[in-house]
Amino acid sequence: MKKRWICLFVENEVGVLVRISGLFSGKSYNLDSLTVGATQDSTISRMTISLTSDDRTFEQIKKQLDRSVEVIKVVDYTDRSIHMKEILFVKVNYCSDTDITELFRISKVFGVAIIDYDGNTVLLECTQTENRNDDLIALLKRKFASRIEIVRGGSVAIEAVSMSERG
Amino acid sequence: MKQITGADLFVKALKEEAVDTLFAYPGGQAIDLFNALYGEREINVILPRHEQGLIHAADGYARSTGKVGVCLVTSGPGATNLVTGIATANYDSVPLVCFTGQVPIHLIGNDTFQEVDFVGITRSICKYAVMVRRREDLAETIKKAFYIAKTGKPGVVVVDLPKDVQSAYGRDFYPQEIAVRGYKPKLSVHMGQLNKALDLLNHAVKPVFLIGGGVNIAHANKEMTQLAELTGVPVITTIMGKGAIPTTNSLYVGNIGIHGSYAANSAISNCDVLFSIGTRFNDRITGKIEEFAVHAKIIHIDVDAASISRNIDVDIPIVADAKKAIYALLEKAKPLHISEWTDEINRWKKEYPIDMGKAGLTPQMIIQSINEMFKDAIVTTDVGQNQLWTTQFLEIGENNQMLTSGGLGTMGYGFPAAIGAKLGNPHKDVIVISGDGGMQMNIQEMATAIVYELPIIICILNNGYLGNVRQWQEMFYDRRYSSTCMRYRRSCEIGCNQPDHCCPEYTPDFIALAESYGAKGIRVTRAEDIKRALIHAKQNSKTPTIIEFIIDREVNVMPIVPPGKPLNDMILEREEGRE
Repeated sequence: MKKRWICLFVENEVGVLVRISGLFSGKSYNLDSLTVGATQDSTISRMTISLTSDDRTFEQIKKQLDRSVEVIKVVDYTDRSIHMKEILFVKVNYCSDTDITELFRISKVFGVAIIDYDGNTVLLECTQTENRNDDLIALLKRKFASRIEIVRGGSVAIEAVSMSERG
Repeated sequence: MKQITGADLFVKALKEEAVDTLFAYPGGQAIDLFNALYGEREINVILPRHEQGLIHAADGYARSTGKVGVCLVTSGPGATNLVTGIATANYDSVPLVCFTGQVPIHLIGNDTFQEVDFVGITRSICKYAVMVRRREDLAETIKKAFYIAKTGKPGVVVVDLPKDVQSAYGRDFYPQEIAVRGYKPKLSVHMGQLNKALDLLNHAVKPVFLIGGGVNIAHANKEMTQLAELTGVPVITTIMGKGAIPTTNSLYVGNIGIHGSYAANSAISNCDVLFSIGTRFNDRITGKIEEFAVHAKIIHIDVDAASISRNIDVDIPIVADAKKAIYALLEKAKPLHISEWTDEINRWKKEYPIDMGKAGLTPQMIIQSINEMFKDAIVTTDVGQNQLWTTQFLEIGENNQMLTSGGLGTMGYGFPAAIGAKLGNPHKDVIVISGDGGMQMNIQEMATAIVYELPIIICILNNGYLGNVRQWQEMFYDRRYSSTCMRYRRSCEIGCNQPDHCCPEYTPDFIALAESYGAKGIRVTRAEDIKRALIHAKQNSKTPTIIEFIIDREVNVMPIVPPGKPLNDMILEREEGRE
């Protein structure tokens, strides 16, 4: 089992998202995250899909995506140099002064921004890799337990430009 | 430019696509389309009696003619009644285009009368499903539907047509060609891979061809026969591949699978090169997958990349159309010297033939009589024992064909599929081999066969049971005949597993039923009456004929590979004392 990344170009049409997500549920493929958005071409949407699977299943997933009429191109990002980021908002409620000091320290260490604050509640905006966000969530859960509220967007990824980055 | 309604454009599109037969059932949201079809002479509009029968008929028409089958039904229940037929056809790669009426765009989502999200319902069981939301998209969408249905691995395309799109005016233009950027059926053959495959084949000591439905779908039977004869490599087929080469050809071994022949399954288990074309290695053919063809290097040609290396690991994968690949192979293939191997297979064929014995009225005798009397017939089967016996005993040469629901295994398929086959092949004999259970699943289509004057011969193998399930209950569930007796009545003893133990009369009386429709009915209870009944049926050129064969109630399909066992672990005969 290995973490995989797929970049998918699809027709920007009604029902394509459900077609793709339905393929995963219908065939019992595991899906970690899926994001979709418009591209420079208004007729094409681009998806970033992350999933965890063995080699055989992953090959099958790529083939199944590729044979869908709505899919224009499947690119496997798994072993490529990519820039990949996920947006995460964390709200921490009922903060004491010590909590707030701690949160400002955490934000500095993790390089994330505190974008809103009312004396009791702190809102963090974290645009990092999925793993880094996982680490941050683990830390915040440990420190603030049930007082946190989380929303995360799923990753978007794009291939690196520089040759050195591409390895 | 001339302005016409969407409905008129629909009719124009059908003509441009050379559709000569349309399987159609009207309703409120399709009424404009039917209005445009009124009085139409170029398109034969067939009105079946139920939408499920309708789509199986279109399926039988498509399989038997090689053309695209076309359905037209209304929204809501009209559409949902197609669902089983869509899955059936798509699973067996049959090209169909299904047009469904839909409520007007502005009413979608309001729980309108007869509204269902049909694109949503069918998305996972068809090749492509689309709703036409704008009149200006109609022509291109229909063109795209036919193109996608018939190219690559053929399949079903659903086109949902809202009523306002049907009535709206727009251009009368219909495109001659279309490009779909996300859809590129594989047209060429990778010669490097093909050469590797040939190299492997040429060095094989015990090679076999394993042929699936792909060869029949690609209409590559002639080429496949040439390839087998040129190389001398024995040919084994799946149920869907049966007929890839004539079953009477000495190189034909038999069917593989859980009801395959001993020789075929043994050859697969012992071969050193398995050259497969157009099969997806489904669980019914592989048996216990870990022990499938363990000694073999495997070559797999399939038009669908997703079918390769899914169920079994393949050594040489080749994504290609079967016909193109076989053509390319024919140019380079050469005879193999494998007489020891072919002798061994022939010995297995001789020592362990599939044989039901001579006692009583057996399905084998019935099907063999059909073989003798109908050399160029189209035979459709239903699903269950009747289907398995047919795949075991039916002989298929160059001029006949077997249509069966292999992938989905849809009971109720056989009879309506025969209606479609007869409409597409009016000069051929069309025979249905069905069970008493499956026949009742679409028996309303008797009326269709009558009104279109289709002299189809319907052979019902009546054992009064849902026989295939009963066989499993007998063999693997301790003879607990749960819900499989078709002669059960409320007055019967609970948990009865004793056939012919003061059983009530069968319902319906198939002979009276045939007569009530104006068809002919013949009941056969003895082996010596089989041929006479078939002759009578053949002479009846005006109406369908039902021949009800009363067969032994507990006759089984043998041999069988028990569930979870490898292919070479077959039960060949029924246990002693059970007969």
